[in-house]
Amino acid sequence: MVPESYYVALSAVLFTMGVLGVLIRRNPLVIFMSVELMLNAANLALVAFGQRHGTVEGQVLVFFVLCVAAAEVAVGLAIIVAIFRLRRRLSVDELSTLRG
Amino acid sequence: MSLFTFLVLALLAVGSAAGMLLRKNPIHGALFLAVNLTSVAALFLTMRAEFLAAVQIIIYAGAIAVLFVFAIMVLIPGKEETGPDPLRRQRWLAVPVAAVFLILVALVLRSAVLGGDPKPPVPGGTEAVGRVLFTDYLFPFEVTSVLLLTAIVGVVALTKRRA
Repeated sequence: MVPESYYVALSAVLFTMGVLGVLIRRNPLVIFMSVELMLNAANLALVAFGQRHGTVEGQVLVFFVLCVAAAEVAVGLAIIVAIFRLRRRLSVDELSTLRG
Repeated sequence: MSLFTFLVLALLAVGSAAGMLLRKNPIHGALFLAVNLTSVAALFLTMRAEFLAAVQIIIYAGAIAVLFVFAIMVLIPGKEETGPDPLRRQRWLAVPVAAVFLILVALVLRSAVLGGDPKPPVPGGTEAVGRVLFTDYLFPFEVTSVLLLTAIVGVVALTKRRA
C-alpha cells in the first residue's frame, strides 16, 4: 500500500500546476481547464485524507465537489460563449470593462 | 508493485498537466486534461475508491472534457494565443510565485496534517458511499440538486440568442 502522503504530495504538485496555468495563460478556456485541474487535485487530497483517517466521508465530499464542478463548468462555458459572441475575440487581458 | 503503479499514474498525471500548460492550442489542452482526469480516476482506484473512480470517468472525463471539446470545436474557434503579449514581464513572475506556493503547501502538509497512526483503508464502493450520503449528508445532497437546477436555468438564460 502506497502511503497517503505520496498522494497528498502529488495533489500539491497538480494544484500548483493549475495555479501556474491560471497565471500564465491568456485564453480563458485554458484558464478554465486549469481551474478544473485545481479542483481535481483537491479531490485527490480529500480521498487520501479520508483513507488516512479510515472514514468514507472524504469521498462523500469529493462527490459534492464533482457536482459543484459540473455546474461551474456549464455556467462558465456559457459565460465564455456569451463573451465570444459579444467581442469576437478571446483574451482575458482585453476583458477589463469592470475595471474602475 | 503498488508503488510502481502509483509512480506510473503520477507521471501520467503530471505529464498531461504539463502538456496542458505548454501546448498553445486549446483543443490539445482539452485532450491532455482528459488524460489527466482519467489518470486521477485510476489513482482513486488504487486508493480503493471504486465509486469515485467510476463517477470521475463519467462526469469529469466524460461530460466535462467533452463539454470543453464541444465548446472549442462548435461554438468558439480554438484560436491559439498569438500576437504580442501585453503583460509578458509580469507573466514570468508566475513561476517563482508558483514555486513559493508549492513550498508553503509542502511545509503546511508536513507539519500538521498527516500525523497520527494510519488506519486501515475503508472500501469506497457504492454501498459505503451511498449509506453515508443518504443518511448523514442528506440535506447537502438535496441542496446539490437545487444547485444543478440553478445551473441548468442559468446556462439556458445565458446562451439564448437575443432576437
